[in-house]
Order: sequence, then C-alpha cells, then structure tokens
Amino acid sequence: MARIVLDGVAHSYAGKGKAKADDYALRRLDHVWEDGGAYALLGPSGCGKTTLLNVISGLITPSEGRVLFDERDVTRLATEQRNIAQVFQFPVIYDTMTVRQNLGFPLVNRGLPADRIAARVGEVAEMLDLSDALDRRARNLSADAKQKISLGRGLVRDDVAAILFDEPLTVIDPHVKWQLRRKLKEIHERFHRTLVYVTHDQNEALTFADKVVVMLDGQVLQVGTPEELFETPSHTFVGYFIGSPGLNLIDCTLDGGDAVFRGGRIALDDDRLARVRGRNVALKLGIRPRYVEVLDRAGAETLPAQINDVEDLGTHRLVDLALGDGGPVIRAMVAEDAALPADAAFLRFPPERTRLFADDVLVA
Amino acid sequence: MNKVQNNRAWFLILPVFVLVAFSAIIPLMAVVNYSVQDSFGGGVWIFVGTEWFESVLADERLHDALGRQLLFSGLVLAIQIPLGVMIALTLPTRGWLVPLCLIVLALPLLVPFNVVGTIWQLFARVDIGLLGHTLADLGIEFNYTDDPLHAWITVVLMDVWHWTPLVVLLCYSGLRAIPPAFYQAARIDGASRYATFRYIELPKLRGVLTIAVLLRFMDSFMIFTEPFVVTGGGPGNATNFLSIVLTNWAIERRDLGPAAAFSIIYFLIVLLICWMFYTAITRIGQADKR
Repeated sequence: MARIVLDGVAHSYAGKGKAKADDYALRRLDHVWEDGGAYALLGPSGCGKTTLLNVISGLITPSEGRVLFDERDVTRLATEQRNIAQVFQFPVIYDTMTVRQNLGFPLVNRGLPADRIAARVGEVAEMLDLSDALDRRARNLSADAKQKISLGRGLVRDDVAAILFDEPLTVIDPHVKWQLRRKLKEIHERFHRTLVYVTHDQNEALTFADKVVVMLDGQVLQVGTPEELFETPSHTFVGYFIGSPGLNLIDCTLDGGDAVFRGGRIALDDDRLARVRGRNVALKLGIRPRYVEVLDRAGAETLPAQINDVEDLGTHRLVDLALGDGGPVIRAMVAEDAALPADAAFLRFPPERTRLFADDVLVA
Repeated sequence: MNKVQNNRAWFLILPVFVLVAFSAIIPLMAVVNYSVQDSFGGGVWIFVGTEWFESVLADERLHDALGRQLLFSGLVLAIQIPLGVMIALTLPTRGWLVPLCLIVLALPLLVPFNVVGTIWQLFARVDIGLLGHTLADLGIEFNYTDDPLHAWITVVLMDVWHWTPLVVLLCYSGLRAIPPAFYQAARIDGASRYATFRYIELPKLRGVLTIAVLLRFMDSFMIFTEPFVVTGGGPGNATNFLSIVLTNWAIERRDLGPAAAFSIIYFLIVLLICWMFYTAITRIGQADKR
C-alpha cells in the first residue's frame, strides 16, 4: 500500500521533443492518490484516462514528470518492479491454465511458497464466487467468469501499492456488473487497498468511489466527492457530464446587475458580478434539472416558458421547455405527482442553485 | 400445416458437383481404374483385382522409400517449426524494418521449385559452389554426390531454406493478432519471458501452428522436384523419395498398374497422417473440456 504522487506528469505518444501542445494525451498534471482511497477516473473516450492509468502502472513511461510511490521515485521502474496490479477492459486469462493456476500465477512468478499461494487463491476465489470452478480450464468459462479471474489476479497479491481497473466491467452482463461493483466496494471497505477505477459511466464512478476525478482532453477538470461534482461542478463539462440529464447551460451576457439571455434575465449577486465584470469572457448560467422550479403562474423572479414535451420516467417526470418565445431549451425534473401547467409555464431558478461559468470555468 | 415439398433447389448445387467431379473425383477414379487393370497394349485391358496393390505393398523398395520419406518429413518438421517460431518471435513489430524483413523472408517462397534445386545443386558443389568450396577450404570433404549423409544434409538444408519462411510468416501473423492487453497483463503479473511465451504466445499460436504443421508435412511428404534436381535420388537410393520412385515407375517404366495402386496408397498415407496430426493438435488443449 502506498500514497501515489504524480508530480508534473505529462505524456505524448509522439515521443519526447517532437510533441506539439496538441499531441499530449495527458497534459501536465499534479495529483495525489491517498493511501487506501477508492478513486474513479471518469471521462469520455479518448480523454487520457487509460494513459494516466498506464503511467501509474508503468506500462507507459511519461514524457515528463515523476511518479512517486511513498516518496520513492518509480518513474523509470518497469511495471513488474512497481508492485502494482491492473485489470483490463477485456478479460485476460491464460488459456491453458486452470482457474486456480490463473489466480495463482502472479504469486508463482514472485516465488511465494506454495501454501501461501494456495491460501490466497482460496480466499480470492471465495470472494469472487469462483470456488466451484477452481479446477476448470479458464478458456471454457463465460466472459463474466473470465473477467472475474482477471479481477482475482489483481486482488490475489496482498502487498500491492494499488489496484488499477481499466473499465473492467464493460463486457459484463448488467446484473452481474452490479454485483461485481458491490463486491469491489466491499473489498475496498474490508482491506483498504488504494483502488483507481477508470470508467466512462458516471453511475459506475459515483457509486464506486469516494473521490471522482473527471478528465477531459488529457486534463483533470475536477476532483471531488460525487456530491461536490453534482452540486458545484467546477467546469461546464463536469456539469454536463455528471447527472442525467446534465446541467442546463444558458449562454448569457451582463447588463447592469443582471445576466441577460434570450427569453429572460435574472439578477446576479454582487460577489459574482465583481468577479466577471469588465472581463472579456463568455458567460453561461448553469442549473441542475432537478432544481428548476416549474410553476403555473408568474411570480417574483419567474421566467415565462413553453412546455415542449413531458417524459414520464416512473419515479419522476422530465419536462422539456423552451424559455420565452423559442429561447434556449431547459430540462426540468419534477415529482410524479406535481401539478404541471398545460402549455405555458413559468420557471424559477433558485439563486443558491444557479451557477455562473466564465469561459466554462465556475465563478465561485 | 402442410409443408410444400419441392426438391428442385437441389439443382442449384449441381455446378458444385460438376466442378468437384472434374477437379477431384474423375481424375481419382481414372487412377483407381488403372490400379485394378493390366494391359499388353492395343487397347486390351484385363481386370486383375487387388494384384497390383498386393505387389506394391510387398515391394521392398517402397518400404525403404517410405522410411526415408518419414525420416525426411520428421526432420523437416522438427527443424522448421521451432526455427520458424523462434524467428517470428525475434522479428521487429514496428518500423521500416518490418516490411524489409517480411520481404526478405518471403523471397525463397517465390523461387520456382526446380530453380531452388538448381541453386542448391550449384551452391553445394565442391568445385564451384560457394558452400561446397568453402567447406572444402575448411578441410571438410563435402560431396553430396558421393556421400549419402552429405546428400541428406544438402536436401534437408535446402528445404529448411525454402520453407521455414512460410512457418515464420504464419507465426508472425499469429503473434501480431495477440491483443497488447495480454502482454501488459503478463508484465503486471510478473511473468518471465519464457512464461509469456509458454502461457500466452504458444496457446494463441495453436491455430496457425496446426496449419503450418499440416502444410509442411504434406509438402515435405510429397517432395519431388528439388531433390530430383539436386541428387536425382542418389547417391544410390539414399535420397530416393516416394514421389521420385513413383515418377520413375509411371513415366520412365510406364508401369501404370503398380504406379496407380502406389498412388492410391500414397494418397491414403498422407490423408491418414494429416488426420493424426490434426486430431493430436486439437486435442492438446481440449482434453480437459468438461
């Protein structure tokens, strides 16, 4: 177990010296993975998640910066010398071996005594419900079971600095997916390993991790608890990416003390005004669909809107509206039993829930 | 519900039947035809039953040739398969060296068989051949026209030169098809180079190795042109392989009956051994299927 520090790490596949700014799969990054934390690395495909993971595990040597495990510089160390476990997106199993041999393989390679190996393999098989299949050939098992073996090979070593998961549940059936995710969470709670879990599925990230790291275009946009990411996204992308549907975003300009947009205006508090006034930046308002209030009559701070569509999702309803007369589209989430106006509605954006972004960055 | 019975669709596979008939069945039946008849010329044919088969199966010269042939194929497989895998493992995987290596390797495969024979016939000659002359200069008396062992070395070396590239190319393609995650997982698991080969590369090469073994066995078991050009079956009968004997009977002596019976037996042996190889290789990993 270890605290893992990324110190000014950047990576380009073009090779050192040849890379232009755009070539970087991973832009300069400082980050600390605390010992025993459960982290999710969340971002769209191609954002550099896997690259970052491979830098930690040593499959890739970063073009710049250092990787430290508990103050020890491991940047130039090969994967096998780093004491780290990694599970890949598609199940990797050793075809000709039995499940038992597969699970024991990392330990056999490290020369552990046979009785230790047997004990560890037994424990891990128990954890992953593989005990019955231990003496079967791995190649004849289902994709689910194969991926469990891959997970098991990651968990079998009890001395690893961290276990890295690269979208490990992509090929798994939905109901098994849920079980395995819970299993991982359980294992984390019991053994306090440092886990880093790469995914592009926000549900997976939010349910699995204590801390979520959101990445875009090779950069870390925000690190926070699921709640922080939801309530105060530091970047419009985080707001949009987290939550289903994502944050409503409305382009606006300043006019006096108000934010003005097509279809209405709302007052901004002095604090935020002071931060953006006079700066030449693109402004956006953001509000979560669940905080948009849909009213049937005008009141203080309300904006007129047209209801385009109502979608019933069972637990709540999703209302699609256009602000003013064909203005920006707003999505609102309302309770099942809430009374909705037939056609013309009035929206209220509670000021404490409304965020302002300047050039896509949150104005706190 | 009444099913409509209409068998006219069978006519659609008629073209395939015609094709197979002309390409395989009719020629084969012609051979079968010769193998059970004798002729004294003038278009008079006499049915002789299994007489030719009996005489062929009892023929000492054929037993010897079959032994030589098995030894030759065994040697060729024992050398070419491991050597091919080893070369494939050491080939570069990216960069400009890849096409260069592949083209250089493929060159022997493009040389016509009798040219291969001629090349090695000259190459191994003591008076003017690079190999023979060099060996002579080193004090080794190398003479493939005199010494059966030298003749064998020449013929086997020639086949290794000619056909190992095929094994290399097959294995190389098989190796390239292994997803990088397997190698990464092996590194994470701390596997040695040997363990990576044994547990990842070799199992994943099973398919191409099956093909390589079958192709190399069939070709080497039926080899004719190259040894015929180099040694003509000599010295004595030392490199007289089955095909050379067969050609001698059929073309030079025009013993069509025995030659036809021999052809059929030859064909059956090839088929039998291929089947044995195939079953053996496919069984290796599946014996444990439960």
